[in-house]
Amino acid sequence: MTLRQLLLLTAGVGLLAAAALTPLIGSGYAMSMAINLLMFTALATAWALFSGPTGYISLATVAFFGIGAYTVAVVGEALPWGLVLALAAGLGFLVALVVGLSTLRLRGVYFVIFTFGLAELIRQLVTWYEANHAGSVGRFVFLDISQAQIVWQLTAVTAVVFLLGALLQRSRLGLTLRMIGDDETVALHCGANTTAAKLLAFSLSAALMALVGAIVAPRWTYLDPTIAFNPVVSFQVLIMALLGGAGRLYGPLLGVIPLVLLFEYLSAHFPNHFSILLGVTFLAIVYLVPNGVAGLAERYLGRPRPSQPAAAAPAQPKEGTS
Amino acid sequence: MTRAPILTVDGLSKRFGGLVAVDGLSFSVYPGEIVGLLGPNGSGKTTTMHLISGALKPSAGSIRLGGDEIAGQPPYRIARLGIARTFQLVRVLGSMTCLENVQAGLAFGPGALAGKAAAQRAHALLERVGMHPLADRPAGELTYLDQTRLELARALAVRPRLLLLDEWLAGLNPSELVEGIALLRALREDGITMVLVEHVMDAIRSLCDRCVVMNAGRKIADAQPEAALSDPEVVRAYLGDDDA
Amino acid sequence: MPILDALLNGLTLGGMYALVAVGLTLQYGVARIMNLAYGECLIAAAFAAYWLFSGLGLSPLLGLGLVVPLAFALHWLLYRLLLVPLVRRAKSRAALEVDSILATFGLLFIVEGIVLVLFGGNYYNYAYLAGVLDIGGTPLAYNRLLALGFALVLGLGLYLLLTRTRGGTALRAVAVDPVAAQLVAIDVRAAAALAFALGGALVAASGVLVSMFLTFNAAMGVVFTMKALIVVIMGGVGNLAGCLVAGLLLGFAESFVATYLDPGLTIAVNFALFLFILIVRPNGLFGRASA
Repeated sequence: MTLRQLLLLTAGVGLLAAAALTPLIGSGYAMSMAINLLMFTALATAWALFSGPTGYISLATVAFFGIGAYTVAVVGEALPWGLVLALAAGLGFLVALVVGLSTLRLRGVYFVIFTFGLAELIRQLVTWYEANHAGSVGRFVFLDISQAQIVWQLTAVTAVVFLLGALLQRSRLGLTLRMIGDDETVALHCGANTTAAKLLAFSLSAALMALVGAIVAPRWTYLDPTIAFNPVVSFQVLIMALLGGAGRLYGPLLGVIPLVLLFEYLSAHFPNHFSILLGVTFLAIVYLVPNGVAGLAERYLGRPRPSQPAAAAPAQPKEGTS
Repeated sequence: MTRAPILTVDGLSKRFGGLVAVDGLSFSVYPGEIVGLLGPNGSGKTTTMHLISGALKPSAGSIRLGGDEIAGQPPYRIARLGIARTFQLVRVLGSMTCLENVQAGLAFGPGALAGKAAAQRAHALLERVGMHPLADRPAGELTYLDQTRLELARALAVRPRLLLLDEWLAGLNPSELVEGIALLRALREDGITMVLVEHVMDAIRSLCDRCVVMNAGRKIADAQPEAALSDPEVVRAYLGDDDA
Repeated sequence: MPILDALLNGLTLGGMYALVAVGLTLQYGVARIMNLAYGECLIAAAFAAYWLFSGLGLSPLLGLGLVVPLAFALHWLLYRLLLVPLVRRAKSRAALEVDSILATFGLLFIVEGIVLVLFGGNYYNYAYLAGVLDIGGTPLAYNRLLALGFALVLGLGLYLLLTRTRGGTALRAVAVDPVAAQLVAIDVRAAAALAFALGGALVAASGVLVSMFLTFNAAMGVVFTMKALIVVIMGGVGNLAGCLVAGLLLGFAESFVATYLDPGLTIAVNFALFLFILIVRPNGLFGRASA
């Protein structure tokens, strides 16, 4: 292990420990901030597991997040909590598998568009089902799970996401994903089963998002499709990952911290103009920091490896031409 | 050559809408051979390479690698069966280092390598194409010439029984050309069978055991280089009727 | 009669979708900007028409005359100021498409936010030509008919513009091959700006027309963007006839599902149709096979 890796590891463990300790020393407000930070760290890092190396930008984060939250709303009281979480993750994985199976063969742009609509599709399907078959659109979530427990569970999931990410980077799957991001055709002709790799990574990342959604669901006592499938979440996760830099495992974290604080400030002080300011922030990031903070930092610190194209450069499965 | 062919193309056709790019093409390649695939622009050479490597699916016909039917199989499976290729417009994994590019070729299929063994083998392959000093450079920053050499190293990493080179020698100056030809010849000494699409006549004459000449999607000649190139139909295809 | 209901409904709905999508097919097909804020622009125009009608008493048809040129100018500026830097920075067409998705994704929230600040999140509609024509027992509102008529006129006008004028020919050339277009002395960037602005004018026009008969709110933009995208991709990017056919197809599919199955399932139908087309004919119904 190099010094650099050791430093990163220490910093990571320190941050997680600090987050896990907030319930013991902090106020309710500190805990709610910790939940926000952990939730977005887990979501943005999970997003970057797939979208970072491949450049396939997914706008469907909230679709999976919402699936997890809704699993809790529907079966949360009937099943033991561990099983509920497993079910949420499993459902997220399965839906992503089906969606990926049909869309990951598509050109990059079509994939983006489809994920853009996916949350809306699932939201409408859930609304339709609830209205026609469950009797009412909203559901109450009465679970005996405290804020502190949410913090601890999120800490655990965040640790798992980072661990998975670290393993992925060292694995053949990770190599395949990076090859796809660079040139999918070359990857195919090197013998990489790119469709399977994309599918697996996409579903894995979706399962983690669903897990996060399930864990934070008890925060809401009332849940309806508009809350669970709020597109702003996908948007925030995307901005955070892009700001931080999706090409590094710790990149999204660098975006999550400043933006969670910024959004907190904005929604407290400018509740009516939140959407506008969100859009402006996003544009500023797309134009000014195209490679993310991690990319910038490494340029100045002069690391030998080039910054990855991250999400700003798309994967284009180029069709063979004659 | 009395051995069984390594590659057998039989009745291969590819249509794009109304256009027939490859039209009932048949030829064989024997182990250890270098076969040149020639023809005027638009005669279907690159399409043929795409069909063999799986980038395109044939409309009709069969392609056999050894005993395996590979027509219409996905490219990654064909690569794992032992067909590696380079691209007409050079393609490297730009964000990765040269070493990683070669490791990418080593990572899949039977006999795949990972970790230290992969790094060692990748270094050896880079040395083979004379790129050892550049191992840690990002591939995207290389010159065109170095990128073509890297592409060859990556293709070799796939452990090919058959190597497809699409105008790999194009764009080289005379001294680079001599080097390139020597390199390919050395690869043949190692027992690698090759099909090359090439326009550089010197290379064809000095490298190829046999030439398959195409025109408008069909095979018009299949002979040793001198014989194929002086075939009246080949001359007509290249120069037009008046000059024949 | 449900079948007549479904047919008429499908026709007006489909005509509307075709109209809504025409602007996007120009923006994406020629300017290569995948505009995710497209639906928000439509909603903004609808609100402008509402404001002109109920605030100033201007009929939506007069409103068209105001809103459309304004939208053209705004979109032209938008392209020049916001999107040209992306075009410059993009290394490839694919990079531009993704960058433009990101930038317009930000724009989406800005436009939606402005509409929210001005009008709040409530649903709006207004009564203009709300009388009803009876066709074999099936009611058809005059304002819908009028909108359909205008859509036809606009579509025909655009078709003539693109096929009969030099500027239109230049736009079509850029859509087919920007590099080759440059070689025959077409100013590709100016053509792209023009196409983007023209697309903006068209989406504003459809927003005004749609506002005459639809109830709308600030958050509905996404739905229109999705439908426009589906129609554009189904019809083949940059293809006007494809837009019309795909729009009608979508309209009929939705209206039949709403009539015979369940109105709540229309968006599922959208996606099913979309996926089916993408998998079976990835370049759209009328798209050219990629070279």
